[in-house]
Order: sequence, then C-alpha cells, then structure tokens
Amino acid sequence: MANPATTSLWRHIGARHLIVLAFVLLLPFVATPFITYQVAAQSLVFGLIALSLSFLAGYGGMVSLAQMSVAGMAGYAVSVLGASGTDSSLGWHWGIVVPLALLIAVLASTLIGWLSVRTDGIYTIMITLAIGVAFYYLVLQNYTVFNGFQGFQKVYPPKVFGINWRDPLPFYFLALSCAMAGYFFIQWLVRTPFGIALQGTRDNARRMNSLGYNVIATRVLAYAVSGLLAGVGGVLLVWYNGLISPGSVGTGWLINVLVIAVLGGMKHPIGAFLGAAVFILLQTFAIDLIDRERFNLLIGGVFLAIVLFSPDGLLGLWAGLRARFSPKQALTSTPQRRQP
Amino acid sequence: MNLNKRTWIRTMCAAAAVAAVSGTAFAQGAPLKIGLLATLEGPFAAGGADGMRGAEMALNQRGGVVAGRKIELIKASSNAQPDVAVNAARKLVEQDKVEILVGPLSGGEGIAVKDYSKTQPQVTFINGSSGAQATTLVNTSPNFFRFNTDGAQWMVGLGKAAIDKGFKRTMIIAEDYAFPYSQVQGFMAEYCRMGGKVPLKAWVPLGAKDYSSVIARIPKDVDSLLVILGGADAVNFLTQYENAGGDLPMMGGSITVSQDVLNYKGKRRDSLVGTISAGPVADNFDGADWRAFVADYRKTYPVSAGGFPSPSLFAFAYYTNMKAALDGLAAVNGDLSGGQARYRETLSKMVLKTPTGDVRLDANRQAMGTTFVTEVVKDAQGNLSTKVLRKVDNVDQTLGLKKEDFQMGTRDTPACP
Repeated sequence: MANPATTSLWRHIGARHLIVLAFVLLLPFVATPFITYQVAAQSLVFGLIALSLSFLAGYGGMVSLAQMSVAGMAGYAVSVLGASGTDSSLGWHWGIVVPLALLIAVLASTLIGWLSVRTDGIYTIMITLAIGVAFYYLVLQNYTVFNGFQGFQKVYPPKVFGINWRDPLPFYFLALSCAMAGYFFIQWLVRTPFGIALQGTRDNARRMNSLGYNVIATRVLAYAVSGLLAGVGGVLLVWYNGLISPGSVGTGWLINVLVIAVLGGMKHPIGAFLGAAVFILLQTFAIDLIDRERFNLLIGGVFLAIVLFSPDGLLGLWAGLRARFSPKQALTSTPQRRQP
Repeated sequence: MNLNKRTWIRTMCAAAAVAAVSGTAFAQGAPLKIGLLATLEGPFAAGGADGMRGAEMALNQRGGVVAGRKIELIKASSNAQPDVAVNAARKLVEQDKVEILVGPLSGGEGIAVKDYSKTQPQVTFINGSSGAQATTLVNTSPNFFRFNTDGAQWMVGLGKAAIDKGFKRTMIIAEDYAFPYSQVQGFMAEYCRMGGKVPLKAWVPLGAKDYSSVIARIPKDVDSLLVILGGADAVNFLTQYENAGGDLPMMGGSITVSQDVLNYKGKRRDSLVGTISAGPVADNFDGADWRAFVADYRKTYPVSAGGFPSPSLFAFAYYTNMKAALDGLAAVNGDLSGGQARYRETLSKMVLKTPTGDVRLDANRQAMGTTFVTEVVKDAQGNLSTKVLRKVDNVDQTLGLKKEDFQMGTRDTPACP
C-alpha cells in the first residue's frame, strides 16, 4: 500500500462496512424470494430515488418534490420507447432505450433545477411540487403518448446473457449494484471540489458568490446529478413493477420519497436506503401487525415517532447512540460548519 | 422473585393453551389459506370494506370450515392502483403462501392481477368485484376465474329503460379507466341501437375532486345524464352538480347507485329518487335467496357496526366469488393436489347458486348471470334503496352478440353522437 490515496481509502473501511456488505451480499441466499424481491430489491430502488433527494437536500439544501417525477419520466421513457403490452410503444432495443431514458431524466432534472434554483426553502418545494403534479396530470390525461390512466403494462427488463433479470435473485443484484454505485458515487462526489462548493452554497450562498463561485451553476449541476440517480431508480422501478401508470408518479409518491429521505436522515447517503427499508417493511407488513382496517395508523405513527424523537431520522438515532457509548467520535461525514 | 415466578407460571399456562389449540387444529389438518384482496384505501375504501364483509359472510355460513379443513383468511389492501394491487397480491401468494386468492376490487387492478396470475400457476385466482371486460375477454389466464358478471353485462337493459323514459340525448360522465369503458359500452350498445344519441362523453380521472369543468361542459340540448362514478367521486360530483343548480334527470352506473353512495348525507340525495340504473344487485329484489342474504348481512353487520342498510354491490360480488371458491373446495373435498387441476375443473363446470340466481362460467371462465334494471326509491325510514324494474337472466359476456360483432368498450367505441 505505497500509494497514499489507496491507504487512506482502506483506512476508511471499518468493521461496520464489512458487516453491511456481507449482509447485502448474503441476504438473497438466506431470505425467501419474496423478501429478496419485494422487500429488499424494492427498498434499494426506492433508496436510490430517495438518495437523489437526500443528495440535493442534505448537501445542496434544496428540497425538491419532483424527484419521483424525474424517476417517472425515465420509467415512462422506457415504456414508450421500449417494448410493452401497449401497441403505441415503439419497441426499440434496450441498449438505446435505457441511455435515452437516463438522458431524458438528466435533461428534465436540469430544467427543473434551472427553474427552481432561484428560489429558496418553501418556494423550492412549491415549484417542484407544481412541476410534479403537472407531470402527473399530463400522463393521466394524455392518451396519444402516455396512454392515460391505464399507463403501460408488461414493461419487463431485457433478457441479457440468458438471464431473466426479473427473477428475484438477478433483479436484486441488479438493483444492489446500481444502489451501491449510486452510494459510492455520492460518497466520492461530496469530497470533490464540486461537492465542497455545493456544501458551501448550502451554508452561505452569498459568501460563495463573493469568493468567485457560480452558485447557480453549482446548484443546477447538482440537479443534473440527482436526475441521473433518480433516472436509474425510475428505470429499475418500472422493471420492478412491470408496469407504470399515473398512480406511480402521483402526489402520494412525491411525498413518500420525501418521507423516505427524512425517515432515514439526510446527513449521509446511507440514510436514504435505511429510510427506504423501514418504509417498505412497514408498507408490506404493517397489515399483519394490526387490525386490517387501521394499518395506515401504525405506519403514520411510526413515522411520527421517528421524526419526533430524532429530527435527523434513523441516522440521528444511530448518532445519538454512538455519542452515548463513545462520545469522542462524530458520525456525520459532512464537514461541520465552523464559525469564524 | 415472586413476580417472576408468577410470570413463569402464566407463560407456561399460555404455552400449554397454545399447544392444545394448535393440537386440535393439527388434528383437522393444517388450515387452508385463502388470500382476500380489496381496497381499504383510496376512492373505493368504503366499498372495499364492504367487499371484505361479503367474503367473510360466505365463510361464516360454513362455520369457517370446508371439508373438515379450517379456512384461514389472510387479508391485504390496495388503493385501486394496479401496481399496489399486484404488490399486495404478491405478498399474499409468495409470502403468506395462500393457495387461493380472492380479489381484487377495481377494473384496472383486475387486469394487472390477471397478468400476475399467469406467473403463479400453482395458485387459483378468483376475482373479487372487478368488472373490466378485458380481464377475461383478451389474453385470458388459465387460473383466473370470475364468478361475477362484468361491467358491460351489468348495464344490459338500461338502454331500453332510458328510451322508455323518453331520454333521447344523453351525456355520459364516467371515470377514465377500464371498468367504466365496459359500463359505457354495455349501455351504448343497446341505447344507440334503439335510436338514442350520446353527443358527449366526459372522461374524468379516478379520484377527481373538482367537477366544475365537466359540469360547465354539459350541452344545453341533452335531456339526461348517465353518471358512472364510484364511491367518493360520485358523492363529490352529485354535491357539486347540486350546488351548480343542475336539474337534469340522471341515470347511474352500477356502482353509482350502490349502497355506499346512496347513503351519503346531502340535499341532492333526495333528488336521486327516481334515478334508473342497472347492475347485478337490486336492494328490494324479491327472491327468497336474496332476502335471506340481506337478512344475514344485516344481522352480522348492523348499521351500528359500520354495515350498510343493505349489502352493496361489492359485498355481493365478493360474497359470490368467495362462495364459489368454498363450494368448489367442498365439491373436491378440500383436495388441491395435482396443481389444483381437479379443483379448477370443478370451478369451470360448477353451477353456482347465488342470491340472485344461478351462475355458470363460459369458456373464458367468465360468469353468465342475472342483471337488474332498477330505480331508486325512498323507504319509510328515509333510507334510499333500489327497486327492480326488470330482471334479465343469463346475460353473457358478449351481450348476446356474436363474437365477431362484439366490440370491447374503449374511450371511443362505441360512438353515436
């Protein structure tokens, strides 16, 4: 390990990283196909979409509600350009369709960013919510391209290398590799000059401006990056469901992505995946724990309890526990804001 | 210490009790799991809850046991969205390992669950109350059965009743998905043939809250409205139409004049009296089996416990389909071996006794049964219910037309402006 960069990388890997890695690699071999597919893979997919939001919000200070819409645009692009059960789909090869879908997601996200970076706080939320709802009504009422309420059925991943990528095991590893790529990409990105500049604009945009940084450009670029993550998540989501309909990009899901990100905590990329896992577990199993007609009460109660007792989500709980037992370490990876 | 000892004794007693109970269950053979999927969220939440009541009733009538095997119902909820319905069905099939699944409730869900059923050949899927034609008409699945008639079958007879009432030009207001397409097709096939005109169809999104733009578009020269909206949507439309001063006579789709809508509180409620409609149930139908069914429903689910004054269409459809599932099980003596082949064979050939008469399945495993043309009346207690104008028996899926002549309903077909 002569290379100092490699050494520092290895030093960052602790026992908990190895435990998590072993867990996610071994999980599909011990869990049932149902857990692998519906719980684990779905959590990874929604984690990726939530990661795009927690990157924007946690490191850029911009809460966008349109992340699910960006994911939905990629999903709709795959359905419209690729093959589906509907005649109006063009049926192009997946090798063209997937990059195009991601490109569309990045472009759309950049546009959304370009529109909304001039606003702050609650106004960003409002403008992105408006864009999300507009997209929902567009796909709901447009029949020539988006096939209205019915949406697209039978949108399946392509068979590559003779593997059916919709089977639980292959799909899980597909989702896992995308999720890990997204996770490490964000981990790396926030340490680059761009990532540091982005956090600077979050903490004090005016000072960054006077230091010579182009605040608008930095923020729009952050939107583009988040569009890529959401786009990958959207493509995986449409393959996971095998269908897409306006309900997938409705207001409920716009908010759910925010709920996932807040639940997990936005100070670290892992929060998005933790939040997604808790969210999907509750959605799937709450009905077994409580009276069938009241299970949404339990879901809401848990969310409320987490946010109430730990404003930083699950990550905050974890940090609190660590602080209690080993008070000298800080968990957050983001550089702490220092007063001069 | 004392406390610990007491806890220990209690635990032991509880464990012994559990062992005893599970022992008896084991003596009867392991319980047979049936999944039950309905919408407990979203626009059809009230209907979904009533569907669950209907299915439970069918099971209660057999004391929860079929052919010596205890039946365990495992419920799941969706919100009328196809992806949510498939996720819930997947949980029931792959996690809870049900052997038979009854559901879902809504049209788009039915098509999605039917597509999913093809990937799970070891499980028998029996519909809940979804009524889209496409579910059993195109791309059929060998293990998906539907013992309720579909949305188009439910509207047979309404076209003639409209002409008889003197309605020459009708505007249609319907939700924009597969089930209302079927309902509109069932109505228009007859209405247009008999000389009626439909100058405008307004398709509104499911779950819409604001109908002002639709109400503004109602042409001056129509003499009636056909409203095919369900649950909360119907109530919202009726309230807003009332506030806008609308007074055209109305006809209703099968789920528009169901009990879950008729019992909403509002002024427009009284003006619903006289509305004609058609559907698989009529509250005041005089058949002995129907009266027994209603009496049983009222006894088990009194209004004070959240039931409706009379079972809704959803309760009826879920009851029928669950009854079919259980009758079939009884006929094969609980034997689901051999990939459920004998069970499915029995289901396909069964003549099912329902509260409204006998039901048979066609080659696509789709029910042929009875439709009622009804009119809304108000009883002495002020409850609204539906009275039978005409009863049409043995309605098949192509509405008596030849297969070649039959067109499945879409947004644009049929048309007679």
